Amino acid sequence: MIRLTNVAKEYPRSGVALAQVSFQVKKGEFVFLTGPSGSGKTTILKLLYMDDKPSEGEVWINGVSSKTAKGREISRLRRRIGIVFQDFRLLEDRTAEANVRFALEVTGSPKATIRAKVSRALTQVGLASKATSYPRELSGGEQQRVAIARALINDPFVLIADEPTGNLDERATRGVFQLLRDINASGTAVIMATHDLDLVRRSNYRTIELNHGRLVFDSAESPASARPPEESLELTDASGDYRESI
Amino acid sequence: MRSVREALAASGRAPLLSVLGVVTIAFSIFAFGLFGLVAINIRKALEQVEQRVEVRAFVSDSTEIESVAAAMKDIGEFPEVLRVDYVSKEQALARARKEMGEFADVFEAGVLPASIEVHLRPGRQDPATVKSVADRVKTYDFIDDVRYGEEWVAKLYSLRTIATVAGIALGVAFAAVAIIIIGATIRMTVLARAKEISIMRLVGATDMFIRLPFLIDGLVKGVCGGLLALVFVWIADRIVNEYVIQTVFFDRQMIFLGIVGGAFMGVLGSLVSVGRHLRRI
Repeated sequence: MIRLTNVAKEYPRSGVALAQVSFQVKKGEFVFLTGPSGSGKTTILKLLYMDDKPSEGEVWINGVSSKTAKGREISRLRRRIGIVFQDFRLLEDRTAEANVRFALEVTGSPKATIRAKVSRALTQVGLASKATSYPRELSGGEQQRVAIARALINDPFVLIADEPTGNLDERATRGVFQLLRDINASGTAVIMATHDLDLVRRSNYRTIELNHGRLVFDSAESPASARPPEESLELTDASGDYRESI
Repeated sequence: MRSVREALAASGRAPLLSVLGVVTIAFSIFAFGLFGLVAINIRKALEQVEQRVEVRAFVSDSTEIESVAAAMKDIGEFPEVLRVDYVSKEQALARARKEMGEFADVFEAGVLPASIEVHLRPGRQDPATVKSVADRVKTYDFIDDVRYGEEWVAKLYSLRTIATVAGIALGVAFAAVAIIIIGATIRMTVLARAKEISIMRLVGATDMFIRLPFLIDGLVKGVCGGLLALVFVWIADRIVNEYVIQTVFFDRQMIFLGIVGGAFMGVLGSLVSVGRHLRRI
């Protein structure tokens, strides 16, 4: 489904961002992308949603190659990819519902189906009751849920999340992470870049670690390496509800 | 339709920015329009003076009228010539007396020679053409002398050349300033919606889909700015007409071109601003 082959990325000013990176992600897989700041995590994600192209090598995603993909094909591909960022990227002057609806409107979805789809996505992230709230009226965790609802609206085959819990407190982090696990359990692959090693250690998901633009560890390639997954942490709180308190 | 709705909704979300945009565009086109008005009035004045450029050939006293008529027919067929008139001795005297006013009695009958007046076609009144026509007219035996105000024609022509070159240079400069200001105005709109544009791209909107509302916005602002500028120029023209000198205003075709020009600059400004922004993000 996703394949990177000898991918390198060099920027004219900042130099080498990625070198000789190769890995595959299977359908429905959950993958952590870890590494220190500047290690190339965000660059890989950008290459995946084709916001940038590799200087060398090739990125294949859902049958689209970075070597041949152009404007309209990239736009169509992005409709099948959900993207979530640390800073949520919501439109402040629109309600939660309008933010989610926006993704359908600007991709030309039939008007008749929009209302039902938006309602379903907000329910899926547990925010049906906050549909008419503006981002400033929502907590960080809730804003991230709106962003996830927007990312899910077109039934993506993969959800790409760049530090989705980076701006959240621990409780909200657990809630958002559990939501991503649920999304993955329903069949959507998730690729999540994160600094939060605690989160990585407590789960059994595949981990790819980068350093200085090089892939230094892939738990799928060396499962018996020095990083055995610790016992998976149960992410439910005392009430059994994984969502953070509002 | 969605693009039109989106463009209107975006203007509605930032009404002050939209009004400022239209007014800025209007003032930049107004400056260009004022220059245009001055240019067409100078051109018109020069054309009126140029119409007076003529070659006057004085005919010998003993010449038979048939010879003069034949020569006039020949001269009338020169490609540069618009019209050839014959001024008899009597007509010359009457004209001189009229022009001299109180000194009219200094002329006696028969003192002024008959002449042929050769009027040239518009656009063929440059010194070289006038001289060439004068030289050819001079070749007839019965022509005593030919006059066409050589120095005056040369001065008029150089004035016209200066006015044309200055007009083109200033016109290009004013148009460039207008395009830059319009581009900057639309760029403000684009920057104000930068986040929206980046989200549109992330969720898979095509570049055309993103561009179209901005192009419509640029078109509407260009047309509104053009119409507003037209009103400003018209008011300025009325004031000059009332208190300074009589002027001519733009004809319908020029007004139409001005508004289409505003729309074109609006669309071009949008295209460049959004294009640059899309390449950058």
